[in-house]
Amino acid sequence: MQVTSRQFKENSHKALQDEELRAALNRVKQGFTTKRREAADALPEFEQLRDQARDIKNHVLENLDYYLEYFESRVKDQGGHVHWCSTHKDAKDAILKICKDAGAKTVTKGKSMITEELALNKFLEAQGIEPIETDLGEYIIQLADEPPSHIIGPAVHKTREQVTELFHEHHQKYGYTEREEDAEKLVGEARAVLRHKYVTADVGITGANFLVAETGSTVIVTNEGNGDLTQSLPKTHIVVASLEKVIPTLEDVSTVMRVLARSATGQEMSVYTTFSTGPRRKDDIDGPENFHVILLDGGRSEMIGTELQELLRCIRCGACMNHCPVYHAVGGHSYGWVYPGPIGAALNPQMVGLEEALHLPNASSFCGRCEEVCPVRIPLPKILRHWREKAFEQQIAPKPDRWGIELWGFFAKRPGLYRQVTKIAAKMLSLMAGKEGRLKKLPFNNGWTRVRDLPAPQGETFMQQWQKKQKREG
Amino acid sequence: MDSREKILSRIRSQKGRDVLSKSEQDILARRIQAHKRNLVPKRSQIPPEDQIALFTEKMTELLTTVERVESSSQIPERIKAYLAAKNLPSRIKVSPSPLVANLPWEEVPTLEIVTGAGAEEDEVGLSPAFSAIAESGTLMMVSGPDTPSTVNFLPENHIVVVDVKTMCGSYEEAWDLLRSGRGTDDMPRTVNLISGPSRTADIEQRLIMGAHGPKSLHVILVG
Repeated sequence: MQVTSRQFKENSHKALQDEELRAALNRVKQGFTTKRREAADALPEFEQLRDQARDIKNHVLENLDYYLEYFESRVKDQGGHVHWCSTHKDAKDAILKICKDAGAKTVTKGKSMITEELALNKFLEAQGIEPIETDLGEYIIQLADEPPSHIIGPAVHKTREQVTELFHEHHQKYGYTEREEDAEKLVGEARAVLRHKYVTADVGITGANFLVAETGSTVIVTNEGNGDLTQSLPKTHIVVASLEKVIPTLEDVSTVMRVLARSATGQEMSVYTTFSTGPRRKDDIDGPENFHVILLDGGRSEMIGTELQELLRCIRCGACMNHCPVYHAVGGHSYGWVYPGPIGAALNPQMVGLEEALHLPNASSFCGRCEEVCPVRIPLPKILRHWREKAFEQQIAPKPDRWGIELWGFFAKRPGLYRQVTKIAAKMLSLMAGKEGRLKKLPFNNGWTRVRDLPAPQGETFMQQWQKKQKREG
Repeated sequence: MDSREKILSRIRSQKGRDVLSKSEQDILARRIQAHKRNLVPKRSQIPPEDQIALFTEKMTELLTTVERVESSSQIPERIKAYLAAKNLPSRIKVSPSPLVANLPWEEVPTLEIVTGAGAEEDEVGLSPAFSAIAESGTLMMVSGPDTPSTVNFLPENHIVVVDVKTMCGSYEEAWDLLRSGRGTDDMPRTVNLISGPSRTADIEQRLIMGAHGPKSLHVILVG
């Protein structure tokens, strides 16, 4: 998809004015966080399971080459195919070839963030193949021609009224001429429209939450059952997955499963967890005849062995964004590329380039909630700090930022001088603020004072107060 | 260099090493084959009757209905009553498995029994579970020639028969049960873990049942 991360500030500004988005984000803030806490509290071993999930993923990343080859050989044993794809282009080409070989006119799709990375829908459309998203959220945003704004709730920014309008516009050709306003009936309408598409599609494309090395299985986790219909009805099933999804055994998957849904939606298990292994068997009466796994690198192998390796533990639960005050304020689209929230801010600079995504590592208050709730304990604030340092070192950060930091650095290295200067500054700011104790304007600080007052220091620095206190207490 | 080589050699060079040595590979192969369990929650480690109670409690929380019969010969009558109470059609798509296809259906002549894979027009589906998992209220369905997985997804209403002897506390126990029946190298084409009827919260985070899979799920425990 097109990267608009450079416009993060403009995007955010727009998002903050959007009343409907505010209401939607409020629901994220209340709903997901409460449910996660309740689910975590209900399982005494939850914290230990998080440690184990982290350790399993670390173990895989240390031996990733081995587990990928093991997985590949198991898929082949069962009659499936594995396509190694170094770049996004390789992956798109491989998918297109399979679709063409299958003579595909329509392709149903389960929810997959990797296919968002590939911007696969636009690509297939340009080749004359119609992609049909089947996850309700993905279906809604496909009709709206928008990217997802959340990794597990792609249409979380849409209101019921907006869905009513979208369905009214796009479903008339199926005979739904009335404006449907009831959410339950809207779901029923999408169900009815999509039902027939599942049966007639030539190819079904799904993502994968896990790849199991032991068995050569790919695993999807859904609540709707759309992924299962997508993969079991067409003749060809294509799984699109990135390298780091591989997990050694069914036992290891079980452990990670226990933290996934709890962290994501606060469920103990999502409704459907499906393990697919190869194409249909000799005497089977249903299931796909062809089974392909697209194994995408797309910049991930470069992260191995670096400070970014820990990001490859991510199981895409969305907990970091559900708990992020910045995400709550600006929503997913502001981030300008596939992954929003803290994981996007940490991952996108690697995927689309730091210059392009420069604002994202700065879109954080460093409150640390993302790391607190991450089921595989990714130190997201540490990685954001890494990117900020990189931007400074590579002189990509805007000049005023760099000069500011350099100036601050000059004083910080000279504590005596630092104290004198801050003493004077604190006194001056306090005088400038007068009785109100607030500053309405301040040079170089327009970004802050344009929308709110700056509370002024009370006249003394922390060190001054500390010394006084020490003296008093003798 | 093709993509496969490119990816593998990049991973190795990033790690500052070559292909893992034979002995290192053996350690990893043994780790896979040992099927060693990680931490298994205590709540799953309970006697069989308690497992059944926990399974029923969890499934009920997930908006599934559960009933228990002593013998499988009672199932047709129970299904007839269930369909009547919910005002559902009397035509049922039944998995070809003898566990459900060979029940005394002749005792309920008003029901129309059609065996085979799931189809678009099916409104009620009946299939046997391979196992059930108490810890989260989860059914384990396994695909095969007489257990097509489409019966689990296409019908609007799904009825599942579970033999209580197959009840497991945890996922790990269920994996072992699966391996014991067919060897460790033979994973079925599809294993569905199902925890409740289909649902979505994609419109304003409101929970709505029956997104694409079944709108209702009814479990009959046997034994």
